[in-house]
Amino acid sequence: MSEPLMKLHYTVDGTDFTVAGEASGAVKKVLKQLGISADVIRKVAIAMYECEINMVIHARGGVIDVEISPDKIRMIHKDVGPGIPDVEKAMTEGFSTASQQVRELGFGAGMGLPNMKKYTDEMNIDTELGVGTTVDMTVYIK
Amino acid sequence: MKLSEIKEILNAEVLVGGDELDREVFSACGSDLMSDVLAFVKDQALLLTGLVNGQVIRTAEMMDIHAVIFIRGKEPTAEVLSLAESREMVIMKTDLPMYPACGKLYAAGLAGGSVRS
Repeated sequence: MSEPLMKLHYTVDGTDFTVAGEASGAVKKVLKQLGISADVIRKVAIAMYECEINMVIHARGGVIDVEISPDKIRMIHKDVGPGIPDVEKAMTEGFSTASQQVRELGFGAGMGLPNMKKYTDEMNIDTELGVGTTVDMTVYIK
Repeated sequence: MKLSEIKEILNAEVLVGGDELDREVFSACGSDLMSDVLAFVKDQALLLTGLVNGQVIRTAEMMDIHAVIFIRGKEPTAEVLSLAESREMVIMKTDLPMYPACGKLYAAGLAGGSVRS
């Protein structure tokens, strides 16, 4: 397995919803500069943005590590939030535990995790109640 | 359709990117739910929405949507506008509600564009 060509690290502030998306925007910019195809960039940006939003609304923030290799982009989102009690249920379109406040901001429609799955080639969720959640996603560069 | 034509049709006020109205868009979408924009929209260059928070701009950024029109006379904050400016977007606002705003553009020939299945 080849070593990533580039590693990026971001801290997501869990107290400020207005900055959710900063990391995804920054990664999008880097990928564009690297000449990655628009389709791959879009997939990475959407999956990462959904995950970043989730980290802020559900888990008080966390850290994101992005590894860019010649054949794939891997995004590891790690939080120390409450954990996901039922991952299968959380993966169901339309299922949401988001607050009314979050819904008023245009999110919380229960599309986050299904969207991440849809736009990535590999997705792994490692979660433990009261400990935190790690969402590990990979998009292949074809 | 040029953004300048869209401005006329919707009787809209330009809030950001006034010198970019020569830009052309070929399709549009209207939604107040950013989750749905992220889930279903594909290749749309214009977003009409009644939501006025910064996440609208960030959602547009992720989706390569370069122009946003706030409907129902909604007024975004200076913070939201400066975020849009930094992303080189065109932002307008119109007093029209969602249905007539979309209807007028559609009737004038601006298509809905493709949607992801």
